[in-house]
Amino acid sequence: MSLHEIIIAGFGGQGILSGGRLIAYAGMLEDKNVSFFPSYGPEMRGGTANCMVVVSDSDIASPVLNSCSALIVMNNPSIEKFESWLKPGGILITDSSMVTKKTSRTDIKVFEIPATQLASEIGNKTYSIVYLLGKLIKETGCAKAESFEKALYSVLSQKKHYMIPEEMEVLRVGMDY
Amino acid sequence: MGEKLLMKGNEVIAEAAIRAGCRHYFGYPITPQTELMHYMAKKMPKVGGVFLQAESEVSAINMVYGAASTGKRVLTSSSSPGISLKQEGISYASGAQLPAVIVNIMRGGPGLGGIQPSQSDYFQATKGGGHGDYHMIVLAPSSVQELYELTVDAFNLADKYRILTMILGDGILGQMMEVVNFRDEEKIETYDKSWAANGHKNEREHNTITSIHIDPAVLEQWNIGYQKKYQLITESEQRYELYNCDDAEIILVAYGSVARICKGAIKEAAAQGIKLGLIRPITLWPFPVKGIEKIIDIPKAFLTVEMSSGQMLEDVRLAVDGRKPVYFTGRMGGMIPTVKNIMDKVMEIKERHS
Repeated sequence: MSLHEIIIAGFGGQGILSGGRLIAYAGMLEDKNVSFFPSYGPEMRGGTANCMVVVSDSDIASPVLNSCSALIVMNNPSIEKFESWLKPGGILITDSSMVTKKTSRTDIKVFEIPATQLASEIGNKTYSIVYLLGKLIKETGCAKAESFEKALYSVLSQKKHYMIPEEMEVLRVGMDY
Repeated sequence: MGEKLLMKGNEVIAEAAIRAGCRHYFGYPITPQTELMHYMAKKMPKVGGVFLQAESEVSAINMVYGAASTGKRVLTSSSSPGISLKQEGISYASGAQLPAVIVNIMRGGPGLGGIQPSQSDYFQATKGGGHGDYHMIVLAPSSVQELYELTVDAFNLADKYRILTMILGDGILGQMMEVVNFRDEEKIETYDKSWAANGHKNEREHNTITSIHIDPAVLEQWNIGYQKKYQLITESEQRYELYNCDDAEIILVAYGSVARICKGAIKEAAAQGIKLGLIRPITLWPFPVKGIEKIIDIPKAFLTVEMSSGQMLEDVRLAVDGRKPVYFTGRMGGMIPTVKNIMDKVMEIKERHS
């Protein structure tokens, strides 16, 4: 039985919500149960954003998480808020161009990718989340890269489809980083 | 198998309404319900329907009164403070026996409160937030799939009984995305609408839609009629889900998104060797007394869990009628109960009954 409880957190505009939705969509394409719950509260008004994604073989109890098995953080406030939510053995993935604070946890697996910097180097900052999602699917197995690609074709509007091959390349760089 | 989509709860309600034949929507935006309006604004013109953003919730509910009077399927939606504003119109439409569907995606109150999920409008929904001896049918979905199915049912129930039907959800259900399976074709039930004020063309007597009956003896007769209808609904429309109740030591009672958190607690308890069950009311009015009756002999105690100070708790106690102890745990103001909150209370109850 597999159960992935994922939190993605950062600033608004970093692709936090669309990234979470893509993971949920990819899970759905693999016939798994999925849920996606975005922050919509006062914290969103402050410019930070997070979402909770559950991908599971069995029925999903609550879409609202109080702990997680994997965490992607893209700014310092998010690592401060959520690092204690990770279960022992959980996976922490940080955008190390943005997150300068180091985790104090020693019972988790940590992956640091300078995602914003890598994305800037290839000239498209919106790809930063994709590097991190690559690492997420590689390390957790919550979805396959092929499903992610199919999800992109379904979720993105037709006029953005030309970007998908490049986005998949970015995903693979993230997977192997 | 129909179409399988990943959709947001609020959008699913709107899509379900359109599939159920609703072509009239009147509303006013408020978090955490606004995506429902957005969806209607986009979709209604494409299906030849009416989307109208009124100048206030009060206007919107009175537009509902008008459209429903013509026998058309009509929807309005809001969140807690906006639903309070609609109460006068709800009472009038109940008096006029108009079928319509009202969606309340609850947020924390009282007052302007906050925008986080809550269930603190249970009293308002089930006991009548407006004046007079009236009831609405109140449905409490617990998943995005059920938002779809119950929204379709809401229109059928409203037409069948000439009654307002409310979908009572919360910010979690409205905001979350989940997979929904739409049926390929929606079977739209049709009901007698010979009462509608939709133009008599000099071919029949004109119909009057009103809630005013100034002679008390006449008004009493109308009220007796309403009560007969409520009695019939109470007998025939109670809905609930029983989950894991066989041999349960304690049976949880929860609706909507909280019922899902309870299912998480049931799993957690099982891992610790504790048998918990759940009764999930799907109709909040009529309250599923029959469901409680079915399981009354099983547990040592009931534990009601709500995102409120304990509102449904009163109906649970009425149904249990002193035969078993009924406990309560909940969170307020937009805070969401956790599995740990529930387990702490379970341990306390176990201690007391050991």
